[in-house]
Amino acid sequence: MTALLELKNLKTHFMKKKANIPAVDGVDLTIQKGETVALVGESGSGKSITSLSIMRLIPSPPGKIVDGQILFNGQDLVTLTDDQMCKIRGNDISMIFQEPMTSLNPVLTIGEQIIEVLMYHQKLNKSQARTKAVEMLELVGFSRAKALVDEYPHRLSGGMRQRVMIAIAMSCNPKLLIADEPTTALDVTIQAQILDLMKDLSKKYDTSILLITHDLGVVSEVADKVVVMYCGQVVEEAMVEDLFDEPLHPYTIGLMGSIPSLDDDLDRLQSIEGNVPPPEHFPQGCRFAPRCPHAFDKCRSALPALMDVEGGSRKVRCFLHGDKEATS
Amino acid sequence: MVSYIIRRTIMAIPLLFGITILSFAIIQAAPGDPTSLMMDPSMKPSDKEAFRERYGLDEPIHIQYITWLGNMAQGDFGDSIIKRGTPVSELIMNRLPNTLLLMLVSTILAILIAIPFGIYSAMRPYTKLDYTVTVTSFLGVATPNFWLGLMLIMFLSVTLGWFPTGGVATLNADFSLWDRIHHLILPAFVLAVADMAALTRYTRSSMMDVLKQDYIRTAMSKGFKEKKVVLKHGLRNGMIPIITIFGLMLPSFIGGAAITERVFAWPGIGLLFIESAFQRDYPVIMALTVISAVFVVIGNLLADILYAVFDPRIEY
Ligand SMILES: Nc1ncnc2c1ncn2[C@@H]1O[C@H](COP(=O)(O)OP(=O)(O)O)[C@@H](O)[C@H]1O
Ligand code: SF4
Ligand SMILES: [Mg+2]
Repeated sequence: MTALLELKNLKTHFMKKKANIPAVDGVDLTIQKGETVALVGESGSGKSITSLSIMRLIPSPPGKIVDGQILFNGQDLVTLTDDQMCKIRGNDISMIFQEPMTSLNPVLTIGEQIIEVLMYHQKLNKSQARTKAVEMLELVGFSRAKALVDEYPHRLSGGMRQRVMIAIAMSCNPKLLIADEPTTALDVTIQAQILDLMKDLSKKYDTSILLITHDLGVVSEVADKVVVMYCGQVVEEAMVEDLFDEPLHPYTIGLMGSIPSLDDDLDRLQSIEGNVPPPEHFPQGCRFAPRCPHAFDKCRSALPALMDVEGGSRKVRCFLHGDKEATS
Repeated sequence: MVSYIIRRTIMAIPLLFGITILSFAIIQAAPGDPTSLMMDPSMKPSDKEAFRERYGLDEPIHIQYITWLGNMAQGDFGDSIIKRGTPVSELIMNRLPNTLLLMLVSTILAILIAIPFGIYSAMRPYTKLDYTVTVTSFLGVATPNFWLGLMLIMFLSVTLGWFPTGGVATLNADFSLWDRIHHLILPAFVLAVADMAALTRYTRSSMMDVLKQDYIRTAMSKGFKEKKVVLKHGLRNGMIPIITIFGLMLPSFIGGAAITERVFAWPGIGLLFIESAFQRDYPVIMALTVISAVFVVIGNLLADILYAVFDPRIEY
């Protein structure tokens, strides 16, 4: 079985006059058909740039995919022309964003913003597209969808706008939906509804989801697999039960420590000291070493490789588990 | 929408009043009056008095104002003092079409050139083309109308003989469309330059702002080509602030037109304004002031209406 999406050693750098900023620096990641993969990590670890790289929407200049492959159904997206990529975006791969309040165009009706995608990719005529738009709005939970198509987004709440975004994203029945922190800006109760909606739709249409979040609570709700990112690289990858059972990487352990859980004693709540270093100041050796409670000499000189552990069922990048250096 | 337009129009009335009172006072405060400028110095003082009486110049200023206002309310702007009793409305109606034509053509010219260049600059900021557009538009803003006009007349009309030096048409010739256009090109271009330049700057900065917005990224993520994203999703948003600026610019076209009309001997109301001001032809000046004020009000009103049309978030 070939994977739906496979990132191989993806490197996306920003070329600035003063320095080369390695925002994404060798990411490997696989998503199977129908699978929901959570990409987690603190702010600034390169999650958004990874997802925008898949969409080929990196602001360029200064951004550029400098190395690696993005295999989508076996086809390398990095090598596609802009025109070829336009046929995939919004059709085979679509995306929703963190800021529902500003992600919809304020001067176009909600209907128009769905209809235009259907006419463009599915070649529907205007009235077919309109009918489909109403269906999509009903699908994401609007009861008065018929009236809503002719309204402008400014009267809708954040949660409702995110539903509209999902309706747009799902309208061409994509194989992959990328959701970059889709619930971060929303109230907790609304968050759960949006996540449920995404989960339902992915099951119903067999859509794979790449869910980006810095909230491990969200991950345990919806993901099949978790990929943990730190400083532009993957540091751990595991099925969700395995990861929550026993996180291996000290960074993952630190992240887990920072989600409060009801039966945990507050004293035991530990979080990671310090901040994510900016890409222009990634440390030598293991990038987590300056913040790692277990760091030893080797960690400061050599970069550990992302290694298969536990019989290849999960991966981790740490000298405490297997001890191979990265080759590059 | 209709009630919104009516409300806005009613709100403009006090503004018009204010403008007329102020201009009346200011004009009267300027030294000299028509008699001192047009009369034969050897004229007898009694004749001078008779003349002042005939045009009501001997009345106190507030009486003059009320009389004028009353007449104007009946559509009577009075007679020109200098042009010996020609009705002001006739003078203006002879000139107004020329000015409107000049303004219309130069505005269209400015829009047609400024908006595409502004958009392109915003799409490719800090490139060679952007720098060229930027420098050119700064030059355009900085170049005085009259100087540009004189230069063009000197080189293109006098030296090269490509264009007539002024006027709306060749004197004593039969009407010919090409002749009219030929006369229109230079003044329309000169009048357009400053606005073109300003409009390019506004378009560029407004579009730069818009293209950074999240909904542009959403439109890109739908798979649309850049051109469609910019024109469909960007431009409508980018035009919102430009419309306002444009409405405010409209009245300034009259001021700009005055100088351009003077340089190109274009018989429009701008030129009439200058002539009347020098000759203290009060009724003409006042009528033109009212017309300008109406332009200001229309400009604002137009901006507000277009604003409401373009931006569904505006409540009216
Ligand atoms: N336009 C840009 N120019 C330069 N650096 C950028 C740009 N966008 C992002 N970066 C860098 O990429 C890093 C990762 O950003 P991002 O992917 O947004 O992180 P995350 O989504 O994980 O919070 C940031 O630390 C930032 O320094
Ligand atoms: S390699 Fe060393 S520094 Fe890095 S996470 Fe493992 S123990 Fe910590
Ligand atoms: Mg992000």
